[in-house]
Amino acid sequence: MTRNRNMKIASVAAFLAIVFIAVPAAISGSGRFDLYYTLTSVALLSIASAGVWLTFYIGRINIGQGAYALMGGYVSAILVMNYGWSFWLTLPVAGLFCAAASVLIGLPILRLRGVYFAMVTLVLTEVARLLALALPITNGAKGIVSIPLPGALSVFGLTIIPDFATLQNSRLAFYLLAVTLMVVCFGVMYRLVNSRIGKLCQSLQQNEELASSIGVNIASLRIIAYAVSSFFGGVAGAIFAAISQSIYPSSFTVTDSVNFMLNCFLGGLGYVFGPMLGTLVLYFGWDLLFQTGQFQLLIYSGLMIVLMLVLPNGLLSLAASIRKKA
Amino acid sequence: MAEMLEVSGITKRFGGLVAVNNISFSVREKEILSVIGPNGAGKSTLFKLISSFLKPTTGEVRLKGERISGMAPHIAARKGVVRTFQETTIFKNMSVRDNVVIAHHLRSKAGLLGFFLGTGAAKADEVAFGASADEILALLGLSSLANETARNLPHGHLRALGIAIGLATDPSILLLDEPFAGMNHDETMRMVAMVRRLRDLGLTILLVEHDMPAVMKISDRIVVLNFGQKIAEGTPSEIQANEKVIEAYLGSEDEAIGL
Ligand SMILES: Nc1ncnc2c1ncn2[C@@H]1O[C@H](COP(=O)(O)OP(=O)(O)O)[C@@H](O)[C@H]1O
Ligand SMILES: [Mg+2]
Repeated sequence: MTRNRNMKIASVAAFLAIVFIAVPAAISGSGRFDLYYTLTSVALLSIASAGVWLTFYIGRINIGQGAYALMGGYVSAILVMNYGWSFWLTLPVAGLFCAAASVLIGLPILRLRGVYFAMVTLVLTEVARLLALALPITNGAKGIVSIPLPGALSVFGLTIIPDFATLQNSRLAFYLLAVTLMVVCFGVMYRLVNSRIGKLCQSLQQNEELASSIGVNIASLRIIAYAVSSFFGGVAGAIFAAISQSIYPSSFTVTDSVNFMLNCFLGGLGYVFGPMLGTLVLYFGWDLLFQTGQFQLLIYSGLMIVLMLVLPNGLLSLAASIRKKA
Repeated sequence: MAEMLEVSGITKRFGGLVAVNNISFSVREKEILSVIGPNGAGKSTLFKLISSFLKPTTGEVRLKGERISGMAPHIAARKGVVRTFQETTIFKNMSVRDNVVIAHHLRSKAGLLGFFLGTGAAKADEVAFGASADEILALLGLSSLANETARNLPHGHLRALGIAIGLATDPSILLLDEPFAGMNHDETMRMVAMVRRLRDLGLTILLVEHDMPAVMKISDRIVVLNFGQKIAEGTPSEIQANEKVIEAYLGSEDEAIGL
């Protein structure tokens, strides 16, 4: 028991040391500063994917996370540009806005199951894109551009985060921001899944009728899980808008929604950290295949199919089975 | 004896079909009452009405005097009416013990946020539920299978697990939907003994069943349905002698009623 606990603490410490110390050190040593952007993307995409994973955990195939990422991006951009809000305030507000929207959207659609829920969420991403094109406040196809970098964040006159525009290396700053949020996000997810809430979610996934008859309020638990999921999507989208200093209707599309889902499949639906690993592997895998040119998509899709046939429970099931043998 | 559950004038229509037609009866505290009837008689529908999975067209169900019909199923469960399922429904991918632990959810004092933060109340719940789950597993002879994944259990044990899940919710009345279906003679007799033991522990039990010999053995009273209507009510011996019941089961009457 304590040994297990020590192992966990050691793994977490090692992980933190890698992402906060080793990776920045390696990047500045090698001069490959572009990797900051890549890894920041991975961290943010894994936050959005974590949300999708949570909806899987209550037994729903969610192909609509792109809609909330887009929504979060626009909410933050509009509040910064039109109302002069600080980015740091828009970040939680974007998340909460998406969570609130997902409650309204979820109330009717979370009754659906299986392929029906999946189809509706898929359409949701497209609806979000069309809305962004049509609404006056989102500025149509031209999108919102020249968003200023995040300003300083100070509490009681104490500057906690410096103004990104004054930094020499804003790429490092965004990397640290994204990774910090990723760590918090997965910490929350880990806690959710390993507390009774996780068991309640599993009970929904495995048998909603029975869950209901043992007194689980399935409707409200579904909504809560979906709201948390969408919160993550919105936060990720808001940071993306801040990094690229722009947001367009096509910033998040159906393809992104599908990728969020694939990240979860690849990493493993039974493992909290599945979406993180899945996002990392898919993101770099796709880039590595770039050299194969016109065959990129074909090889990529083929590999995905093979992987899912060979490892239906995701990459992390490999580690679990090795640990079991040892 | 006090009345635990009261079904009064309950009717359920599906379009033009009257699946349950103006049925009234009551279940007394600490008795085993069985509802029997040929296929399509409306037993499962009646069951769902009592457990609030269906809303009655007219009529009502009262538990200890409080109206429960028309509420959401999880509310009815909270009030103390808990059903286990015909299709041996369980949480397939959880361990046997986790199935029973999670079923204690109704009794939890901590809320969702408390569980997330791991408050004292949440930890106390956790310990209490674990202890109670172990007790229930022992009662139903499942202790040695506690860590088995539920889907790997043999048929008879699955049924017992379904009942264990029901018990964990600490019900006022436990509804069993065809607890003996698909069981051989020995398994049935063991299940009969178990259900009686639960009653002796103070539980009130309402069951819907096909297996006549088992029903005759286990029940204190029996309600017979046919074509959605109640055609008889009484003790097993009264039911066995009832003309209408024999008629309803005509064709295979002697064997079917367990004479
Ligand atoms: N959801 C439903 N919609 C329409 N008809 C139904 C529904 N459920 C049951 N019925 C009909 O109601 C009648 C009673 O069914 P049921 O309660 O399942 O009987 P039993 O369990 O006694 O075999 C049957 O004729 C059945 O076809
Ligand atoms: Mg039936």
